[in-house]
Amino acid sequence: MTDTATTSRPVLSVENLTTSFKTKDGWNAVIRNISLHVHAGETVAIVGESGSGKSVTALSTMRLLPAGRSRTEGRILLDGKDLLAATEAEMRSVRGGSVGMIFQEPMTSLNPVFTIGNQIAEALVLHRSLSWKEAEAETVRLMERVRIPAAKARLHEYPHKFSGGMRQRVVIAMALACRPKLLIADEPTTALDVTIQAEILHLLRELQREENMGVLFITHDMGVVAEIADRTVVMFRGDMIETGPTGQIFASPEAIYTKSLLASIPRLGTMGAASAPKRFPEVDASTGNAVDGREMSPVAQTASPILKVANLSVRFDLPHGRVHAVEDVSFDLHPGETLSLVGESGCGKSTTGRAIIRLISPTAGTIVIGGQDVTKAGTRELRTMRRMSQIIFQDPFASLNPRITVGSAIAEPILAHGLMGRRDAKTWVAELLEQVGLPAKMADRHPHEFSGGQRQRISIARALALNPKFIIADEAVSALDVTIKAQVSNLLLDLQEKHGLAYLFISHDMAVVERMSHRVAVMFLGEIVEIGPRAAIFDNPQHSYTRRLISAVPVPDPVRRGLRPEPLTEEIKSPVRPFEYVPPKRSYREVSPGHFVQVTTS
Amino acid sequence: MARIAQALLRRLGGMAIVLALVVTVVFIIVRVTPGDPAAVMLGSDATPEDIAQLRTRMGLDAPLIMQYGQFVMGILQGDLGQSIFLNQPVTTALAARAEPTFFLTLFSILIAVTIALPVGILSAVKRGTIFDQIVVTLTMVAASVPSFWLGLMLIQIFAVGQGWFPASGYGGPGTPFLDRLHHLILPAVALGVVNSALITRFTRASMLDVLGDDYVRTARAKGAGEGRVILKHALKNAMIPIITVIGLSVAMLVAGAVVTETVFGLPGIGNLVVSAVLRRDYPVIQGALLVVAAIYVLINFIVDMLYILVDPRVRL
Repeated sequence: MTDTATTSRPVLSVENLTTSFKTKDGWNAVIRNISLHVHAGETVAIVGESGSGKSVTALSTMRLLPAGRSRTEGRILLDGKDLLAATEAEMRSVRGGSVGMIFQEPMTSLNPVFTIGNQIAEALVLHRSLSWKEAEAETVRLMERVRIPAAKARLHEYPHKFSGGMRQRVVIAMALACRPKLLIADEPTTALDVTIQAEILHLLRELQREENMGVLFITHDMGVVAEIADRTVVMFRGDMIETGPTGQIFASPEAIYTKSLLASIPRLGTMGAASAPKRFPEVDASTGNAVDGREMSPVAQTASPILKVANLSVRFDLPHGRVHAVEDVSFDLHPGETLSLVGESGCGKSTTGRAIIRLISPTAGTIVIGGQDVTKAGTRELRTMRRMSQIIFQDPFASLNPRITVGSAIAEPILAHGLMGRRDAKTWVAELLEQVGLPAKMADRHPHEFSGGQRQRISIARALALNPKFIIADEAVSALDVTIKAQVSNLLLDLQEKHGLAYLFISHDMAVVERMSHRVAVMFLGEIVEIGPRAAIFDNPQHSYTRRLISAVPVPDPVRRGLRPEPLTEEIKSPVRPFEYVPPKRSYREVSPGHFVQVTTS
Repeated sequence: MARIAQALLRRLGGMAIVLALVVTVVFIIVRVTPGDPAAVMLGSDATPEDIAQLRTRMGLDAPLIMQYGQFVMGILQGDLGQSIFLNQPVTTALAARAEPTFFLTLFSILIAVTIALPVGILSAVKRGTIFDQIVVTLTMVAASVPSFWLGLMLIQIFAVGQGWFPASGYGGPGTPFLDRLHHLILPAVALGVVNSALITRFTRASMLDVLGDDYVRTARAKGAGEGRVILKHALKNAMIPIITVIGLSVAMLVAGAVVTETVFGLPGIGNLVVSAVLRRDYPVIQGALLVVAAIYVLINFIVDMLYILVDPRVRL
């Protein structure tokens, strides 16, 4: 593909693109001198961390930034035509006509008040001057092409009836409606589960081959880059750091930043013979060289678990059925140990975590914390229980109150439990901040003065304030950039070693889970389908879903591209059942000591 | 479609419950307010015997539960009782006064929406421009002006000064329909302008919210022109909160009729209520309260129905 492509004229040429935003102090350039070319049939990836300017590059290219508040300089040639010189009317025929776009958030990028059919057909009516009736017939064909099952029947349905993966297919159908020469995909799979991501990437590749499209693919995920990109552009804080064929970038990165980016990526299968969790590689930011992290010291075996969950079920009633969010889940968590709950959205892993600390009331089952049954605990027992267990949430931006200083936020649980006076609490807060790697003097600042990674450290400090015995980390590192993700994960490992903390680590990120866990439980539709020591789950997965989950993780190695089996196209089944549904009693088979797999009945 | 019918039935059921509560509350309020209607009717010269006799005739000495039963039965048959002073059934009195209230409310809200929607949308689209700043300032001023003050100013300028419109009243019984409506123009403009302020601000805020949404970016990326992006993709989503405010404004107009009709000397339902209160005409007060409350409930029902039309997610 690449060989023939480079000889012809590129579909898209971006030359010295600089985009500035208007601020109080004048124009502020957010991307500088970006140059790239995309040929027909070729995929070029722009990769970088949040704030690197990759999305701004895409939006500038299509002139979709607000006119008065932004300024774009340089040259953008689409098939030789300069888009920066084009009129607005010409741009409209480019957008959705010769260039299709897909965005990150499938849940919000479709208009909720129009049917799927209407939204896809609109592109056809706008660009190919079809009548609505003709457009509808073509829409069904497009929906079939992106493999939406029962396309004709779903034409008149509204977006809220579609899952995230299916919505992204709708967006793709919309983008491809007019057979564009170029497709700009801005983090199109970031919000999706990994198995769905694998399906969507596969679909995009197929469609690209059929249409011989050029694809500009924006992502933060080096695994995805390795999977799909012919050439790669690495961006850092608005600058193009490095560009070249993907294989070359991965094999011999030149820029220090690229080196450290590549070194920080969590990869599956890097545990070697380790039995305990391993720290993430330490990357020297000045050289980009990495030293693999050490294995954590083994946990002393104790007889009694700090947390014992038995036959836990959580069900919610909806008007038209019952959600079996968590169904008959049992596990133990021992002091100093990390048990990961993995699975895809809607599998019940977060609900399990929340039910354990009684943020949600369980429908059935028992929860024993530190030897005490807290399933039916009253307000007072719950308070005592909450001193032993704490939770860290995913979104570091939403989980801190913007009007309270971080010092007060951390001190709040101590004061609420009446454990210390204000003066002692202040000293303790200072100590906690230092434990999570932040200067103690930052206690007086407000959350908006911190970056995402720093905020997550603050959330950890708050969770540590009461000296808990175990912490539920609910996607605690998922929203962070790779380098920050590695640092915060290492912090969690160090704190565990130091304090003998137990973690219930809830995550969808298999590569992080492999590093962090002693044991892993795989959840699917509210049930644990497989549980066991980390090595057993990753090296010898037994359940078909576990295998699917592991094989869907993109491998950050372009050499191994295409070695993976073709993903299945299916919507994840729903945990919503009729009211009269009685879940079947599951049985488990012990594969090796401590490694249990659900026996499939059907 | 079955889903929509189901939602409709559910809301109708809810509406019936609310109306039943309203009937009960109105009944209780009138019974617990001080002042004996029989005594008021007969004036200060009446003997206790006369009063007792009238109380019996009016059914006021029956046990409360009986009175309540009769009240409810009456309502179900469309009978709101007999006015003590007007010598006619309450329903007749209300019907005779409904016209000015109805048209004043209708015109006011039409004027308000006609101003508010375009101005609010434009202000959001041209956010931060001089136009937007003027709109923001003017709506703030208009929202703080009492409608009766604006009404008095309009009367001063256009009725007393220019003589284009009548200063007050609604014309006598024989006045032609269009002439009667002519009387409503100044009050409707006053109320319309004041009400447009709030709706404009909501339209602007709601549009600004929606214009930042991802699906608006999707529509632009599809090649839709600005007009289509704003009027099709953004507006339909923005309408959801706007409909609520318009509904509230209508309800407030009906409930506020008591004040506006007094200021403009309009013989509407509000006016009727004021005189009934002054005369302790309980059946009329009860009747008017019920009608206004019923209109309130009805408007909320209509707003709910509009939600269902606009937003498919509500149909669940």
